[in-house]
Amino acid sequence: METLAFMVANWSVILARTLEHLSLVGASIAIAICTAVPIGIAITPNPRAANAVLYAASIMITVPSIALFGLLIPVLSLIGQGIGYLPALVALVLYAQLPIIRNTYAAITNVEPALREAARGMGMTTFQRLREVEIPIALPVIVSGVRNAVVLNIAVAAIATYIGAGGLGTFISRGISQTDVRQLLTGAFSVSVLAIAADLALLGAQRLLTSPGLRT
Amino acid sequence: MIRLERLTKSFGATVAVDHVDMEVPAGEVCVLLGPSGCGKTTTMKMINRLIAPTSGKILIDGRDTAGQDDVTLRRSIGYVIQQIGLFPNKTIEDNICVVPDLLGWDRRRSRARAGELLSLVNLEPATFLKRYPKELSGGQQQRVGVVRALAADPPVLLMDEPFGAIDPINREVIQDEFMKLQAALKKTVVFVSHDIDEAVKMASRIAIFRDGRLIQYAKPDDVLAHPVDSFVADFVGADRTLKRLRLVKVADAMMSEPPRVTAEDTLERAVALMEEHGHVSIVMVGPRGRARGVVRLDLARGRRGTVGENHEPLPGIVAVTDDLRKAVAMMFQHDQTWLACVDDEGFYKGYITQRGITHLLGATYGKS
Ligand SMILES: Nc1ncnc2c1ncn2[C@@H]1O[C@H](COP(=O)(O)OP(=O)(O)OP(=O)(O)O)[C@@H](O)[C@H]1O
Ligand SMILES: [Mg+2]
Repeated sequence: METLAFMVANWSVILARTLEHLSLVGASIAIAICTAVPIGIAITPNPRAANAVLYAASIMITVPSIALFGLLIPVLSLIGQGIGYLPALVALVLYAQLPIIRNTYAAITNVEPALREAARGMGMTTFQRLREVEIPIALPVIVSGVRNAVVLNIAVAAIATYIGAGGLGTFISRGISQTDVRQLLTGAFSVSVLAIAADLALLGAQRLLTSPGLRT
Repeated sequence: MIRLERLTKSFGATVAVDHVDMEVPAGEVCVLLGPSGCGKTTTMKMINRLIAPTSGKILIDGRDTAGQDDVTLRRSIGYVIQQIGLFPNKTIEDNICVVPDLLGWDRRRSRARAGELLSLVNLEPATFLKRYPKELSGGQQQRVGVVRALAADPPVLLMDEPFGAIDPINREVIQDEFMKLQAALKKTVVFVSHDIDEAVKMASRIAIFRDGRLIQYAKPDDVLAHPVDSFVADFVGADRTLKRLRLVKVADAMMSEPPRVTAEDTLERAVALMEEHGHVSIVMVGPRGRARGVVRLDLARGRRGTVGENHEPLPGIVAVTDDLRKAVAMMFQHDQTWLACVDDEGFYKGYITQRGITHLLGATYGKS
């Protein structure tokens, strides 16, 4: 009850923190898509390179987030950005690589060889084949990788408050340091709701992006 | 016209295609035939350069394909594969228009053509154009696969076991449809098959491969009548003579300008004509020459009256355009040694006998 009262009283702060959180996650995902999808496609012809890249990305994701933030501080201090928005963004971009690269790679390699051969035999260039056939067919799986990354990053971003990046994690860290259950619950609840809402929104996007010929 | 000159492809130590020389004249269907692994697919894929030859040349209409841009070359060659390979994310219409779109054709023109092509293979455009591949049966999908290859009207068509995955009954139907299309379009077709019956049915020429080498390259009837060695003879099968029946038309095996009588003729005249020709029966024709019935010598001899009062129904009739397989089947079915042959309008053109058929098939064996 008390928590509810706190939330009602502080709704504008919650909204501002949510937007902060979203802009951090949104930016990281946008950048991650631009790097991870091309990487996932680029490694498809070469299974050895693919294994190496996927291995590196899985190691990245096993580094605890708080440690990764810590590691980035000295690196980014070199350009005077050791704490705040930028290190948080960099860490989130790194975390998002694995789910997106992995799904892109799996989806493109799973395209039936006969389709690739038909496309080649009809005179498509490599780029046309990707644009007309492979990416549209892989898209549902790529988007589901993006969904995984978004949910992951919404959770990880809650910890970014410790390096001064703001967001909904602020409620949680203050809740802990001030032993204020209301703030703690508010933060935890908002993060969960945000994760679920973002996942559902992307599920809708996934449906829209899937060709009717591929829907089951 | 497609010309292969000393065409060779090795994969490491395996020589998949070994110094193949052959020429497919424009407008003909060349069927590459042979056991699994003999190099049919590899030969075919070198024509559109999906596989680069190790050595040798391929010329299409006199131009060396090695000097051309691969992508441009492939857009000028229709390609049909056994797995069909329709793009599941595209509608039937967009699948058919893939190559026209790559070539930058006007959209209205290519979409109109997609509809025309679909009706050529008996698929209703209004029903099918906007569907997706998964909403079609296997046979329907392969029909689309074939017309997709024809969409940009390429002079050359490559087909790798295109009907191999279709059930036998549908396969016959789709083969017939394709032959009808081909009769109208006259593409230069290279068609891979491992089914001798399919080859005999479709081919203007058959190329028989073994271990990457071209063993025999000849017209279907020649392959069946004169296999060059025991490998080819075994491959085409012990029943090769029966297969030949399909290749010969009734018109080529019948006796033409046969004697005939009309309803008004007397039985005496009928008997006289039969005795003159040494026949045991004679066909009665109508006023304009349509085959109407038959008079038999043993029943007519010594009797009086007209043919019209004494004829019997014809036991069996074949069309001059039918093949001998149908004629022989009908002879067995009606327990006859001869059949009357008529043209499309039913006019009596000649008769065909069991002895005549045996003689014709035997005569070509005598040549070898
Ligand atoms: N990419 C490749 N790498 C290595 N060997 C190959 C390759 N492609 C084909 N071969 C070999 O070349 C030979 C000819 O193969 P090809 O596919 O042309 O046979 P095919 O006559 O089409 O057989 P099938 O009737 O089974 O389709 C085979 O021995 C095959 O194993
Ligand atoms: Mg093959």
